[in-house]
Amino acid sequence: MKQRHTLVVLVEDHPGVLNRVVSLMRRRSFNIDAITVGHSEQPGVSRMTLVVDGEDEEVEQVGKQLYKLMEVLKVTDLTGESCVSHELALIKVAAKAQHRGEILQVAAIFGAKVVDATPTTLLLEATGREERIDALVAMVRGYGIRELVRTGPAAMVRGGPSAGAKENGRPERDRDRKTVTVGDGALAMAN
Amino acid sequence: MAVAHPQSPTRTEGMAAGPDGVGAESVRKGPPILSGAEITCRSLEAEGVTVIFGYPGGAVIPLYDALPGSRLHHVLVRFEQWAALAAQGYARVTGRPGVCIATSGPGATNLVTGLADAMLDSVPLVAITGQVGQPMIGRDAFQEVDITGITLPVTKHNYLVQRVEDIAPTIKEAFHLATSGRPGPVLVDIPKNLLIAKAPFSYPTGVGRRGYQPTSVPNLRQVRLAAEAIERAERPLIMAGHGIMLSGASDPFARFVEKTGIPVIFTLLGLGCFPESDPRALGMMGMHGHKHVNDALDACDLLVNIGARFDDRATGRLDGFAANAKIVHVDVDPAEIGKNVRTDVPVVGDAAEVLKALIEEVAERRRDEWLGWINGRRNRPLEAALDDRPPTPEPYTIVRAIAAASNGEAVVTTDVGQHQMWTAQYFGFDHPDRWITSGGLGTMGFGLPSAIGAKMGRPDLEVWAVVGDGGIQMSLSELATAAQEGLDINIAVINNGYLGMVRQWQDLFHEKNYSQVEITGPNLEKLAGAYGITGITVRTDAEIAPAIARARSIKGPVLLDFVVEPEANVYPIVPPGASNSEMLHERRFRDTE
Repeated sequence: MKQRHTLVVLVEDHPGVLNRVVSLMRRRSFNIDAITVGHSEQPGVSRMTLVVDGEDEEVEQVGKQLYKLMEVLKVTDLTGESCVSHELALIKVAAKAQHRGEILQVAAIFGAKVVDATPTTLLLEATGREERIDALVAMVRGYGIRELVRTGPAAMVRGGPSAGAKENGRPERDRDRKTVTVGDGALAMAN
Repeated sequence: MAVAHPQSPTRTEGMAAGPDGVGAESVRKGPPILSGAEITCRSLEAEGVTVIFGYPGGAVIPLYDALPGSRLHHVLVRFEQWAALAAQGYARVTGRPGVCIATSGPGATNLVTGLADAMLDSVPLVAITGQVGQPMIGRDAFQEVDITGITLPVTKHNYLVQRVEDIAPTIKEAFHLATSGRPGPVLVDIPKNLLIAKAPFSYPTGVGRRGYQPTSVPNLRQVRLAAEAIERAERPLIMAGHGIMLSGASDPFARFVEKTGIPVIFTLLGLGCFPESDPRALGMMGMHGHKHVNDALDACDLLVNIGARFDDRATGRLDGFAANAKIVHVDVDPAEIGKNVRTDVPVVGDAAEVLKALIEEVAERRRDEWLGWINGRRNRPLEAALDDRPPTPEPYTIVRAIAAASNGEAVVTTDVGQHQMWTAQYFGFDHPDRWITSGGLGTMGFGLPSAIGAKMGRPDLEVWAVVGDGGIQMSLSELATAAQEGLDINIAVINNGYLGMVRQWQDLFHEKNYSQVEITGPNLEKLAGAYGITGITVRTDAEIAPAIARARSIKGPVLLDFVVEPEANVYPIVPPGASNSEMLHERRFRDTE
């Protein structure tokens, strides 16, 4: 089934790792919709959130190919899991005096903060699910968007173990990963 | 850097006592202080390396400064690309990683084709490149290229070393990665200033990479599922790939075939993993596979792929591939499972480990009826015609004459194209690791340098390079290398004055629109003379056997120029985009279809 997949990729924090991951996606013709990178809870381990569009089998192949990179420790597909997936957006909206009140109302509806204001602009900061940010952007577009930046989603499973739970140096880690991955033909990254 | 922090100079425990007694020395007075270049040489020695293929240049001058003080035999190639392929020839006959060295910039970029070739054919290779000094990196210095960036997709892994202390652990890890799991090429790029800088040297004993733990032993549940599928099958077929040789699994494989009685077909690179002279060995599959082999693929109800990756030249159009069969796929690389062909029973693991486990789970059985059916599908008129001797040498007659003269024992390397397919079809390989050809990448010029590497690795074996007149003109430079090393190799040029395989496609699929395939060349016999080696020209069938006998009797390189029929085609052939069952046969042998 073709759908959007959110992958969490834990990698060793070495120079060039992002290049390796992105280069691999390009090489295998996998299209990345969004990618975010930052520190994880473990020292020396970075966490990437990748959003890719594709058939389930294609995305399984993405996971297997990612595992072939030496720096990749764990790949988890959050698709179908109960998870929080939020992005941050900064939106600089043209705000003439007569519109300012309306814009602030819209911002309030979406829980966006005003983080800067000038006589002609308001700078909104919003976090939340992608669709919610889409809706906010659509609402303020009519006033004139001067500048817009979105981070792409960062995602995390609700409750339970962390995405890297099976990776904390437990001896059975790799065996679990490889057998679950392939033995059942199940989705590589689901654990 | 992606390596463990090196041991401090005063610690000695856990260090290897190298073959040169480094360990013993360090107990008395601590590890020796060596230059990065010396550390590189000592690390290679500690890995058991004795032969390296390379070419010096500015950034690696310090390394070449240290070479004479090492026990490494350096083979000076004439072009770095052939260093990488010579290292491949060495690796493929010995089973040990091949090592090549190049300088920064153009030296390093010249390695790229050889690395890509090793990547696609899963050959263990360690390439060491010099890099400009660290202060110059990123400034577009003379002979600076980002070789780790360039080789990212064509290496299993690569490194840009950042500290002189990291050289030894990096080389250790590079050899580990190159040889374990699914083997492949690893590149280590060392800046010039680090080759000069000094550090205490002790070779690490272990490698710890959290993100790299290849699965060797298979999941027993999957092995049992495979065994059940084999028990249930009436018309099973084994597809034998390069992985069997890479894992050194020829013996358990032979026992497995013996016990199960299942007929064996080979991928191009699988040839030799099981004796072709065995009645259960059916020959090569795929685009230029034998008719009865592709017929068997069509008819089989179970295909057991061991150590092959379902390459498109082997499978033909996928929807027509083994259309009636369940698929068991044994591979050490989980990413190969389901990549090209839907798999019913995946077994991830090293071929030797999987076969050992599988043998225990299967019953003894004979498959005579099924084998008989397949043999009934052989193209008998073609097989009979192979013994016809037309006046002009037939390419396969030459291949069979070399096989006969060497009693099938020779190491054979090839370039890519018609002569490669004729050799694959008609040599008859009975031993593992003696058929050295560029399968995945299809690199022209491969034959001569890989023969040089093979002879360096196995001086005890007879070595033949069977090449085309196109390919040999790409790697002619290495005649000088072979001459300088005094290598006893024979180079058989199948000379048809065409880039034959492209001409064949233009003939069959492009209305004979011969575009840029006529190729002239030097007088090879005279050229051999110019290199100070023996040249022999063969123009008639009667001259073939005497010429081969003479070449075998001469010490040192011999270049044989076999002038053959210009427009002979390789048959059978599966047209591009067709399925294996739609193969074309030579006109005069088509009545058997």
